[in-house]
Amino acid sequence: MTFAFEILIAFFLIISGIFGFVGSFGMIKLKDPMSRLHAPTKATTLGVGGVLLASICHSVLIEHHLSLHELLITLFLFLTAPITALFIAKWHIHRHEKPQDLPDAGEDELWATHAVEQVEDVPDHTAN
Amino acid sequence: MRLLRRIFPHPQLTLLLTLVWMLLANKLSLNSLVFGLLLGIIIPFITQPYWPDRPKLRNWPMVVEYILVVLWDIVIANITVARIILFKRDADRHPNWVCIPLELRTPEAITVLAGTITMTPGTVSCDLSAQGHNLLVHCLDAEDPDAVRDQIKHRYERRLKEIFE
Repeated sequence: MTFAFEILIAFFLIISGIFGFVGSFGMIKLKDPMSRLHAPTKATTLGVGGVLLASICHSVLIEHHLSLHELLITLFLFLTAPITALFIAKWHIHRHEKPQDLPDAGEDELWATHAVEQVEDVPDHTAN
Repeated sequence: MRLLRRIFPHPQLTLLLTLVWMLLANKLSLNSLVFGLLLGIIIPFITQPYWPDRPKLRNWPMVVEYILVVLWDIVIANITVARIILFKRDADRHPNWVCIPLELRTPEAITVLAGTITMTPGTVSCDLSAQGHNLLVHCLDAEDPDAVRDQIKHRYERRLKEIFE
């Protein structure tokens, strides 16, 4: 029976390995910054999720004690990952997108990042 | 009843905090249960002024359904996106901006929707419009932006509307 459990755990580990790899590979292959943002969202969902499932299965099936604090990692990831992605996206819109390049914002006319007063003399940090 | 409301201004938060504390302790013992409950009572009591008009969750079966739908979609979308990254040439891909007109008005509901969109691979929510009536979403590969919009509105927003409003 232990053998079947080990196969199940290995299955979850392989799943997470594959999706972690695809996430990292996407960072190299995709060319534009906005598309690159998609890659880490994969690694944090199925990539991390697979490891956590394997960990829960291992402690329940092999070590015979219930361990669920892996669920907290998922919870905290789901709370923090979208915020990070949003910040990076807003930075990209702020520095690299013009209002006319984005789709129409309907009755509000502008997207929130563009609606703030445009700072004319952005300090140039590239020189240092 | 009113005294009970004074002591537990936010019963769900009390429950959640206790549960999170128990999970952190990672074993079932009276010790951690009592301390978790203590935190669960004190923290909502102290933070009460910070959530003046919090939305009430109306539809608990729908909350469960929503979580299951999102988890299922995450698995499916992961496979789709993995196929795009591994096998599709970069030139054939159609990255696209999609504008989603929102019917949701509660800030909490919009936050959950935006978070869900980001966590499902293939779509990242990027910005709100100036007054919060539209959501800007970036798609990794969308030949038909309208289909993506309809899917998000139908699968997620409809359910969130039933939960929050």
